Amino acid sequence: MRRPRAITLRLAAVTAASAAVTAACGITHAGTSGLAAGPTGTPITIGISEPLSGPNSAQGFAADGQACLKGYELWASDVNSHGGLLGHPVKLIVMNDRGWPASTIYDYNWLIKHDHVDLVLAPFSSLLTKFAAPTTQKLGYALVAGSAGAPSVFTLGAADHNLFSTTIPVAQELMPFAKWIAGVRGHPLTAAYPMVSDPFADPPVTTAKNYLGTHGIKALLYPGVNGYTKVSNAALTADAKMVVKRNPGIVVLGSVAVPTVELFMHVFALNGYTPKYFIATSGPDQGQAFLNQVGTGNAVGMMVPNGWYGGYANALSHVMVQDYIARYGGTASTINGDVAESYSAGQVIAAAVRATGGTNQAQIIAWLHRPTTSVQTVVGKVAFGPKGDNTLAGQTASVFQWQTPTGGGAPQFVEVLRGNGAVQTTPVTKAPLTKS
Amino acid sequence: MGTFLRAITDGVLEGGVYGLMAVGLTLIFGVLDIINIAQGIMVVLGAYLSYVLWTHLHIDVFVGLLITIPAMFILGVAIQYLFIRPLRGRERTSMSLLASYAVAIITEGILYQTFGSNYLSMSTYWTSPSAEFHVFGYYLPYIYVLGFALAVLFVVAIYFMLYRTQFGRSVRATMQDHTAARLVGIDVNRVAAVTFGIGVAVTAAGGMVYGELYAFNPNTGYDLISRLLAIVILGGMGSIGGALAGSVLVITLASLVDVYWNPEWSTVVFYGALVLVLVFRPQGLFGRREARAQ
Repeated sequence: MRRPRAITLRLAAVTAASAAVTAACGITHAGTSGLAAGPTGTPITIGISEPLSGPNSAQGFAADGQACLKGYELWASDVNSHGGLLGHPVKLIVMNDRGWPASTIYDYNWLIKHDHVDLVLAPFSSLLTKFAAPTTQKLGYALVAGSAGAPSVFTLGAADHNLFSTTIPVAQELMPFAKWIAGVRGHPLTAAYPMVSDPFADPPVTTAKNYLGTHGIKALLYPGVNGYTKVSNAALTADAKMVVKRNPGIVVLGSVAVPTVELFMHVFALNGYTPKYFIATSGPDQGQAFLNQVGTGNAVGMMVPNGWYGGYANALSHVMVQDYIARYGGTASTINGDVAESYSAGQVIAAAVRATGGTNQAQIIAWLHRPTTSVQTVVGKVAFGPKGDNTLAGQTASVFQWQTPTGGGAPQFVEVLRGNGAVQTTPVTKAPLTKS
Repeated sequence: MGTFLRAITDGVLEGGVYGLMAVGLTLIFGVLDIINIAQGIMVVLGAYLSYVLWTHLHIDVFVGLLITIPAMFILGVAIQYLFIRPLRGRERTSMSLLASYAVAIITEGILYQTFGSNYLSMSTYWTSPSAEFHVFGYYLPYIYVLGFALAVLFVVAIYFMLYRTQFGRSVRATMQDHTAARLVGIDVNRVAAVTFGIGVAVTAAGGMVYGELYAFNPNTGYDLISRLLAIVILGGMGSIGGALAGSVLVITLASLVDVYWNPEWSTVVFYGALVLVLVFRPQGLFGRREARAQ
């Protein structure tokens, strides 16, 4: 009587395996082959650990880890095709940490103690960088990161001295918006700050709320007072209704994905409430996925903070984009921001090596900490504070808004504040969303 | 050579960690004929318990096992009593899938309510940069080695329990024939409850090591259970040693693929190995054919 069970299990296992094989199709190789021919001689070795694959797609980091690796490879290829670093070719030694923090520690220990790499670059994510930094610090290495902006990265104590992050600190993401709106003549005097409990959603909202508070904009709803929302439809709907009831002129939503934004928009539309300005920390930046979810008409007016993008007006970025397209194909708009972030980390370490004339870690760290040091990168000029945060990140941070183009047509995702677009107020003629 | 040895040691040590998590699953299956879908979330619960003890009470995660293992044992007995024991008849095995899935959902919900959805990770001494053995020029993190040692320890302990104790004889009798075991006076319900309890208790250790290595949230259990099931089937369902050996084998293979071929394909190889084994040795690497044919 047990055979049917065995067959069922076998079938389930084969199905799971087939799904895994299918999922893997189309994945590109993540090695370091194919680098452009460069200078010969002893290479400068650079150790990197990235979440490239693993359980749960390496913590959900695999796609970003692979994008980061592309950025590093592209940077190394560009360096080698331009004479190398101090005349030496650059060689990347890449390990896969599978998204395991303990493996990140293990990998950097291994890269430095066993492989004796000359330099190290950080993995994708604040989470993994947080584990890598104490290890590299203990071994005296500078760690330049491109994709580590969570507040926890800048509270590592001694390890912060050796860590240098080119990305925009998460807490500062909404500051361009906050500064802009504080300067708008006749700006709304009230705002609401609903947010989900998330390390990437709360800090920017809180920073913006504090800033706007000092500029006369009263907080009508802030979870610090009203309690954090839970990520459930019922709880979020209750918060959205509370926002409607208090009728603020500005809504700053700490969201992590499209559904949260969609739910708030839905409740707002159902109740005939339209904030004059509505910005969410995440969701509207998801392009077509966002439009599909909320409807093209409803998307108009939504704002979201963003950093680097394919059309970023920066000469170095433009060159990198062209190199990327030549190497990997696609278009500028399809390039993952992680590529530019890791590329910028490579540029920073290269600048430090050139400036100090070698790979002496103490000299590199001292040079990067020098108040006069700044490096031009694909994400803009970067300089580092005492905790390794990018003090010039405000130059890269920007705000995007979904706008209807002149003459009508499908909404476009326009860079405002820093770009050519002007911020539009949210249109009031919104229909309730069909999905919620 | 160094890279090869690193790939091998990675595979063996991480395989041990997965083996530790899979041992309870295969024990429960072998004795009770039940696929405990909740085993993945139990591992995650074990990780949360270690996290709480370490974060709030500053109890070392290994010392904390003295608390978490008994706690998980009691929880396992309670789950068996409330959700598994009431299931009767021919559909018992398939219904147990649903029942254990319900347990997983309930546990996940409680964890979400208690800890939220953010990933947690533990930065204890055992994962600090200096917590490593230096052997013949190689650096092996304590947590990997100790995780492997725990896996071996549990496998040996379960073998000892099964083959050297009166209770073990009762368990083996129950494995062979529930009805006959009952006829000779074995309290089958007690055997089932205790075995389920032991199977869940082992996850306390697996969860602790998992939590040390990995960031986790309540959703982590789903990926875990799919891997653990694959390992258990590969090693031979119901085979305690097979779970450990199968785990070491397949994770080492994936580790070699990771280093010498392409990291993205290591997952494919993991499940591909399962398919190959099922095609050429349906009973699993260490399972008995007659057991599968019952």
